Amino acid sequence: MEDLTAWERVKRARGGERPTSIDYISGIFDRFMELHGDRACRDDGAIVGGIAQIDGIMVTVIGEQKGRTMKQNLKRNFGMPNPEGYRKALRLMKQAEKFGRPIVCFVDTPGAFCGMEAEERGQGEAIARNLYEMSALKVPVLSILIGEGGSGGALALAVANEVWMLENATYSILSPEGFASILWKDGKRADEAAEVMKITAGDLKNLCMVERVFAENIEREESEISLTDEETEAAAQLEEYKSDTEQENTEQERSSVLTRDNMQLLADELRAGILEFLRIYHGKTPTQIVEERYQRFRKF
Amino acid sequence: MGEKNKRTGQNDYMADAFAEPQVPDGLFWKCEKCGEIIYSEDIVANYHICPNCQSYFRVPPRARISMVADKGSFTEWDTGLPVSDPLRFPGYLEKLERMREITGVDEAVVTGFVRIDGMPAAMGVMASSFMMGSMGEIVGEKLTRMIERATRERLPVVIFCCSGGARMQEGIVSLMQMAKTAGALKRHSDAGLYYLSVLTDPTTGGVVASFAMLGDTILAEPGALIGFAGPRVIEQTIGQKLPDGFQRAEFLLEHGFVDKIVRRDRLRKTLSFLIEANGGVKPQEMYTTRQHNSGAAQKAVEID
Repeated sequence: MEDLTAWERVKRARGGERPTSIDYISGIFDRFMELHGDRACRDDGAIVGGIAQIDGIMVTVIGEQKGRTMKQNLKRNFGMPNPEGYRKALRLMKQAEKFGRPIVCFVDTPGAFCGMEAEERGQGEAIARNLYEMSALKVPVLSILIGEGGSGGALALAVANEVWMLENATYSILSPEGFASILWKDGKRADEAAEVMKITAGDLKNLCMVERVFAENIEREESEISLTDEETEAAAQLEEYKSDTEQENTEQERSSVLTRDNMQLLADELRAGILEFLRIYHGKTPTQIVEERYQRFRKF
Repeated sequence: MGEKNKRTGQNDYMADAFAEPQVPDGLFWKCEKCGEIIYSEDIVANYHICPNCQSYFRVPPRARISMVADKGSFTEWDTGLPVSDPLRFPGYLEKLERMREITGVDEAVVTGFVRIDGMPAAMGVMASSFMMGSMGEIVGEKLTRMIERATRERLPVVIFCCSGGARMQEGIVSLMQMAKTAGALKRHSDAGLYYLSVLTDPTTGGVVASFAMLGDTILAEPGALIGFAGPRVIEQTIGQKLPDGFQRAEFLLEHGFVDKIVRRDRLRKTLSFLIEANGGVKPQEMYTTRQHNSGAAQKAVEID
């Protein structure tokens, strides 16, 4: 793992180049069909959901979706779901339960949207309902925090049997800016707040809030493992090739920021992890699955 | 408002939980809505409602319990749970100690067994005066224990919500209380039991996004502020002023998120009616008395 301050990790988690839910879905699963709508109000672009296939197994996948461009972000509302997004997620989860599909959620949101219409349509009720119903789903639920895990808006997709985090993802009660402004009346002390709040993957692992943490900078860590001569040579050639073709990107390469272009090793590792999760939970009864999830949150 | 005029230094909550609400140290309160200076006994005798402008004062747990409970029927549960300070937040433990002294309750919620017009129930009452009723580990734990016990003992659950949301000082642990309480309520519901949530001013944030909005029936007090995001946060997000009445109880009623707005003078009767209608069991002798009295004069149709 890289040695970064909590605030640096917050900035990584929010980074515009960071892979989004859709990137992980296409990087991990063999097939994916997106399904839309909450059947009550509208389709929320801040949440994508559908049915995916992984190694022949059907799963329901739901993710909070940020955009990269301004146009995308208008569609995705910067990854801040409205109530209809949570209701769509719940509809898909209940359907997964009906047909016995395990559920995988990708969490990446600054928080549930704080707008007038969101309040009118019951933002609090929608989140509460998800927590309530998710607590008793008879199929296994896995939630992976891939970027920002903002408060109730993140928890609404994270009442899971296991919660995993990427190295530079965060999970918090509210933004460090909000925390600093409420408790110290000074939003500019966000960097300080980030340290105090225990929001990094390492901190949350220590607090037993997450089961697994995935290193993001896999390439470098792997190169530290002894390679065969052939591999070393291939790696050297690849580096040479890269330095020829991607001179502009070299700085970024060196700082090892996770992007869509260098995420495949991580996606492979997540895929292997998900398959292992599915294998373990395949052997459990619905009662066991529900009870274990209940006890996971009961202990907090 | 009322909670600013707290009795100080008293820790005798259990001793006189059923006495009439006490007159606070200051004999006169100022109503923040109309500015009128009012003799505090007049407010207490009037269900903590301003006799001048009819606006609702916030009610401390002790007074709320005596407002709805049969005299002497309340037994408190789960007091003195060990304090958690997961972030080791500077000054937090001292602040909790100070809040306990000022409010006379051990955390931002009081839970226990109660009878309302003879109907037994498990009841939780949140204290706005205790760090704005914020939910940390102890609040979540007390509520979850109460709900689990109610499930075991087949009791309905009543919660008077009043909270600014999750408690910041406990970070992510506070967030987890939302899932914990919601999960316990789901089990209570799956056991066929009734949960009645009463939203009082203010009910916001993580409490709205968990147990407050999960009642089989959701009641609200007139004018109570109820919402996920606070009005200031929304105004900052959308860059405009919110209309009058936004996120008030009447607004939520109009949008379909509460069943009924209930006045304090009707609270006890409303609660006992709903509990009885939803599987509550009244002691036999009260049942027979009621049958004798039932007749045309008793007929009441509540439409509002």
